[in-house]
Amino acid sequence: MASSRVITQPLSRRQLLKGGAALGLGSAAALGLRPSWADPWGQTSTYAKGIEEGPEVSLAIRRESLPIAGQEAHPISINGGSPGPLIRLREGQDAVLRVTNLLDEPTSIHWHGLILPPGMDGVPGISFAGIAPGETFTYRFPVRQNGTYWYHSHSGLQEQLGHAGPLIIDAAEREPFRYDREHVLLLTDWTFEEPMAVFRNLKTAEGYYNFQERTVADFFADVRERGFAATAEQRGMWARMRMSSRDIADVTGSTYTYLINGHSPEENWTALFRAGERIRLRIINGSAMSYFDVRIPGLRMTVVAADGQPVQPVPVDEFRIAVAETYDVLVAPENDTAYTLFAESMDRSGYARATLAPREGMTAELPERRRIADRGMEAMGAHGMAGMDHSTMEGMDHSGIGGMDHSTMEGMDHSGMGGMDHSSMEGMDRSNMPGMDHSNRPGISGEQDRIAAGGMLAAGAAQPGSRYDQAGIGIDPDERRVLVYRDLKAFTPWPDRREPGRELELHLTGNMERYMWSFDGRKFSEVSGPIHFAKDERLRLILINDTMMEHPIHLHGMWMELENGQGELIPRKHTLNVKPGERVSALITADAVGSWAFHCHLLYHMDAGMFRVVEVS
Amino acid sequence: MNPRISLTVAGALLAMATLPTAQAEDGYDAPADWPAPMVEHNMAMALFERLEYAVPDKGEEALIWDFQAWYGGDVNRLYLKSEGESVQGDGEDAEFESLEFLYSHLVADFWELQGGIGYQGGVFSDDHAERTYAVIGLQGVMPYGIETDLALQVSDEGDVSASLEGEYDLRLTQRLYLQPRTEIAVAADEAEAFGVGEGLNSVRVGLRLRYEITRRVAPYLGTYWEKRYGETADLARADGDRSEDTGVVAGIRLMF
Repeated sequence: MASSRVITQPLSRRQLLKGGAALGLGSAAALGLRPSWADPWGQTSTYAKGIEEGPEVSLAIRRESLPIAGQEAHPISINGGSPGPLIRLREGQDAVLRVTNLLDEPTSIHWHGLILPPGMDGVPGISFAGIAPGETFTYRFPVRQNGTYWYHSHSGLQEQLGHAGPLIIDAAEREPFRYDREHVLLLTDWTFEEPMAVFRNLKTAEGYYNFQERTVADFFADVRERGFAATAEQRGMWARMRMSSRDIADVTGSTYTYLINGHSPEENWTALFRAGERIRLRIINGSAMSYFDVRIPGLRMTVVAADGQPVQPVPVDEFRIAVAETYDVLVAPENDTAYTLFAESMDRSGYARATLAPREGMTAELPERRRIADRGMEAMGAHGMAGMDHSTMEGMDHSGIGGMDHSTMEGMDHSGMGGMDHSSMEGMDRSNMPGMDHSNRPGISGEQDRIAAGGMLAAGAAQPGSRYDQAGIGIDPDERRVLVYRDLKAFTPWPDRREPGRELELHLTGNMERYMWSFDGRKFSEVSGPIHFAKDERLRLILINDTMMEHPIHLHGMWMELENGQGELIPRKHTLNVKPGERVSALITADAVGSWAFHCHLLYHMDAGMFRVVEVS
Repeated sequence: MNPRISLTVAGALLAMATLPTAQAEDGYDAPADWPAPMVEHNMAMALFERLEYAVPDKGEEALIWDFQAWYGGDVNRLYLKSEGESVQGDGEDAEFESLEFLYSHLVADFWELQGGIGYQGGVFSDDHAERTYAVIGLQGVMPYGIETDLALQVSDEGDVSASLEGEYDLRLTQRLYLQPRTEIAVAADEAEAFGVGEGLNSVRVGLRLRYEITRRVAPYLGTYWEKRYGETADLARADGDRSEDTGVVAGIRLMF
């Protein structure tokens, strides 16, 4: 992007850094630098050390002591920084990425969102054997796409240790939008605990990290607000299910420090701009477990790409970014003032923060933090639909379960649902569901709905039970304009226009009490074989979330075209967020012969068994 | 040894042998020397639910423990459970009211079926009457979040008894919990040496206020009431004990 090379760094520093990069290991640490792509001037396309410019790149993986948030930490570094350097490739190149493992355990790098040969995908046990200690593995693949992606370890829990970094591919042809400058922002969640200790806490003590549970005081506050009967009924429902309506994040700010480009909120990473410029922000959620709500008070953002793929511009004030998703937004600050980029964790237990400013050292006010929301009917409905213990839910009007019919929700605790917006629930778009009224039966009766419709839904139509017009828990769309999946619209139809030949339905399942996570009730260790896609078939993948948690579902090797009701112009993604109780579908062209990973991208969910192999043959 | 106990021991050993979670063959085409993409880990944890010093109104002061530890996967686990006390100033060593080694299998989302062997008697001493027993139990969480442990015991003399424990955590703040708990013991057969009569043996009710400094370390203060009934009360009185007592406790909940 020639237009993005407006301002150049002083040569001396650049050369110094370049020299450091040539030395390879530890240069960033030696120079006391953060991951160098986190340069405040945002010259990511010409920047020296931070950037590992393709097509040939060498990466060294080590575990070393580096300060994080001002404390001594022991992350995994890539070429001396943690998170790792920005890798910059160009569409049309043949990339050669040499990864040297200097850890005392096997490692790997997965190039998240890239379409490449199965042997280069970087998943130990599926793509290759992994990279043994002391060995170098060379990834070679043609780069046939462009946009904002990232890379990370696919070995054990290494990703939690900062084994991740941004991967930017410059377009061969002009992109459908212009900008003067760009900045890359990688969001991560850092803990000073060992990842295995975090996993053990989750496995052995439910709610270990949740310090925002409902208390007796909340109960009495609700009683004052809406009476004893309504409060008791709603709390009783959750209590009977032995679940918490505040179970929004498994691992929270009680152990996490949320980072942007490796910087804590106090360190306040600053991205520079000049007033009047149009800036492209490439935002990547490289967290292990944390969803973020991102906004820049005072600036409207225009979403121009999702998961690396261009979308028709959507002006928003805020967007939710699921784990492993990427969004590109344009901002155009007119004034010579600083702005806070605020990324609040979905459960409101903490935030990451950076500053956009014309000069170093400037700061803007931090916005007021929101309080955690309680999960409402839609999540509970999902639970009922999961075929679990319905007998414990007596007193609930089943016709209202999972439904959006407000008449059945009378007497429910509306205000307890935090940021749930009821008006948006009525906004379900039924225009794409020919001849059916799904409004009261999402998720429960998809099969009957299809039968009633005389077969499958048309390609691109939203599934009954989808909530593409809602951003999710804790978001009040009346407060500001928030991006929803329904907004994502491609510029042109994707190449394969075939109707799906079949539907494949997968339930997202779990047992929160034991921290067991699975597809269709079976952990990876319990399944008998891979999910089979026939070579070149066009199929519809339907994901039904039977759990109370959001799950970012990632398919390797092939795009998923999210059927968000945009017909021919549905967007394509590598990671789909499925909200509790939601039914989401995507079209897939199974053109990538080989074995591919398919999993929940919440690291500890994946490790607990929410993982499958997809075999295309 | 009673044949029933032998059977249980055999069952527990068999369970141990099969405990390590097997990695299922996912059947996709991958060379044999490649690692599995995901490996499940067995976990272990240990918990002193109660480790407390009790000061009764009438009876003797005592150090009391209520401990459990497990090792295993999501579905199959091995448990070690123990409750007991060391009465202060009675010149006797501490006593295991129970020391149990159990195999546990997840039978429903919130419930584990447990079976194994138990021992009641002195801790490395002959100060207390001893017996071994077979035990089968159900441990889990009832609707409304009531932690429950129901167990049926058959002793090496063939004496049958049962116990039910229930506790609930009322969250006052994010770290302060009020925990009511109750313990009920019944027996089908009299076992005089152990102070057990036929029918309802005893009811204990307690209330503890716990502060979680961390999730793992939580000191507490509490109070309790206990009463023995029927023959069990008679046996207690014959032994110079009270059939009914109240008291206060100070203790700590420790998780490892």
